[in-house]
Amino acid sequence: MDIILGYFLYGMSLLTVGGIYALLALGLNVQWGFAGLFNAGIAGFAAIGAYTYAILTTAESKFHYGGLELPLLVGDVMAMVLAGFIAGVIGLICIRLRADYLAIATIGIAEIIKLVLKNESDITNGPRGINKIPRTWEHFSEERFYSSFPLNVINSSDSWQIFFESIARWWWQPFFAGTIILIVLLTYFLLEKLRTSPWGRMMTAIRENEMAAAAAGKDVTRRRIEAFILGALIMGLAGAFLGQHLRLIEPTQTFDPSKMTFLVWVMLIAGGSGNNKGAILGAFLIWFVWSSSELVTNGMIEILASIFDSVDISILKNRAGFIRMLFIGLLLQIILQRYPKGILPEKRPAVSGKI
Amino acid sequence: MWESFGFEFINFYFIPGLVLGCIYALGAIGITLTFGILRFANFSHGEIMMTSSYLTWEFIMIFTSLGILAHPLIGAIPASICAILLALFVDRFFYKPFRNAPTIMIVIASFGMMLIIRSMVQVIWGPNQLTFVKGIAKPNEYIRDLTASFDFMLLIPNKHFSILIGTVLIMLLFNYLLSSTKIGKGMRAVSDNPDLAKVSGIDVENIIKATWIVGGFCAAAAGVFLAMDTQFIESTMGFRMLLPMFAAAILGGIGRPFGAVAGGLIIGLAEELSAYPWFGDGPVISPGYKSGVAFSIMVLMLIIKPSGLFKGKVF
Repeated sequence: MDIILGYFLYGMSLLTVGGIYALLALGLNVQWGFAGLFNAGIAGFAAIGAYTYAILTTAESKFHYGGLELPLLVGDVMAMVLAGFIAGVIGLICIRLRADYLAIATIGIAEIIKLVLKNESDITNGPRGINKIPRTWEHFSEERFYSSFPLNVINSSDSWQIFFESIARWWWQPFFAGTIILIVLLTYFLLEKLRTSPWGRMMTAIRENEMAAAAAGKDVTRRRIEAFILGALIMGLAGAFLGQHLRLIEPTQTFDPSKMTFLVWVMLIAGGSGNNKGAILGAFLIWFVWSSSELVTNGMIEILASIFDSVDISILKNRAGFIRMLFIGLLLQIILQRYPKGILPEKRPAVSGKI
Repeated sequence: MWESFGFEFINFYFIPGLVLGCIYALGAIGITLTFGILRFANFSHGEIMMTSSYLTWEFIMIFTSLGILAHPLIGAIPASICAILLALFVDRFFYKPFRNAPTIMIVIASFGMMLIIRSMVQVIWGPNQLTFVKGIAKPNEYIRDLTASFDFMLLIPNKHFSILIGTVLIMLLFNYLLSSTKIGKGMRAVSDNPDLAKVSGIDVENIIKATWIVGGFCAAAAGVFLAMDTQFIESTMGFRMLLPMFAAAILGGIGRPFGAVAGGLIIGLAEELSAYPWFGDGPVISPGYKSGVAFSIMVLMLIIKPSGLFKGKVF
């Protein structure tokens, strides 16, 4: 029974993180797939989302500014708003130049965000990070939440305490995973609507032939900035949920720019850039490969160690993560060269109505 | 005047800034060459730098185990050959398939290469810092005594001295290559107009190879100089250098190698001088934000004049 429960919870956490990555991939799909904008600072936007959420919603702390103990929903929304705002500023500066410049600038902005998070320790608690970030659903079992609105209307805090102690500790996990999946689906439907709308078609037109689109009277720069901001909004939300999932965020390891940004890129390109379904599929697939490859490499190391006595396991274990990174990188190169359209290639919306 | 202001300023801010600027300049040459000739922002350039400093470390270890006392600059010779081969290998197998594709594909590929090369280094040498040169760098006594007799005491450690001299030598060599050899003229032609260069009978593939050789060599030199300066090597050092190098290339104007050199010197000096107490007692910009200086200069340049100081290309 315990084993089944273990697998169930492992599956839940796969769904949770997979869903968060799916959101990031959807956000990147708006920027890259729809509009052809190269964002190399995904981790930076996710970090803004996570930190905004954390500062707004955590309980008061003597280590840093806040927490403001605001409702969780306010945290989620503000995470989106702030990420979108920063994207707007970068967009205004770089979007009229070619994609390479935007790539360089986004890498830069991710670095600057990291610097700010590291150095402004009055606000962000510096390299030690912020912990005890309230997680949606699980937060109800904290006293701060069950003794206040809306739970205190239904029942007294004493009886809530007894209730939460009586149920299994992992009760929130399916709910949390379910919420994230729901948000992924909602985002997917909204983006699909957007893709087939005039705005989406215009984006494709701009991506495919900027000059022709401009000649047809489309405001190219403005549309691109819109797409860039929209993508960043989704990434900010994903960041907020990543913060909730981890509960402890710090500037360097959590938002390792190379690893996180890179994984999302592999996900989108493997799934099929320009295709929202592909972005989601790619995210879950690559996340599954990424997290199961940990089990595989660890197993391999055990086998190697049992065959060769002289092998120092600790060194291998230390470096196994880099071997996985290496393979994911090679995977990207193979997909890029052999299957540049990904698993689910982009489908253009059918021409409808009168021509 | 010298005692109260100049001594501290020159020795602790200006010379380190100049040294850092030389390192950026060497790195930015490769970036601006690939940007100008192959027309893409090469994200893996910093990793070639980093790899060559690890290779140098390895060669020093090998030489030492053979009983030869090796200076980093001697280890750098085989290491730079390896770095050039690595750059050519990466180009052949990962960038060449995209020659006729939209350039953004190569940018993604180079972004992937950045991670692949770094992971490879981390697999081989491990993720931890390695000590490149042991001990404290003492200022060169001869220069110190000589300048002190003129009331103008300069404290230049030997490592800084060799970095400065090395950079100047490489620049002279590079200048000769670009202005007086066939390959260099071909590089300038392809950078100006690839189609025209092709129909005038220039072998563009050969020019591209030459670009990687020159860029790889400069990157290797920059990597070794950086390792000599900081005295340790780590796998993220290439990534840390990437942004200042891009900033230098953009500041000098894309496709302008000597613009990139000027850009590198400006960025390096600006980073070090930003920590100087210009007003009051504390540093103007807190040292934690030093690496933000390059980015701010780059963003300013992109807003005011994307073609850079020396009329580079804008894509």
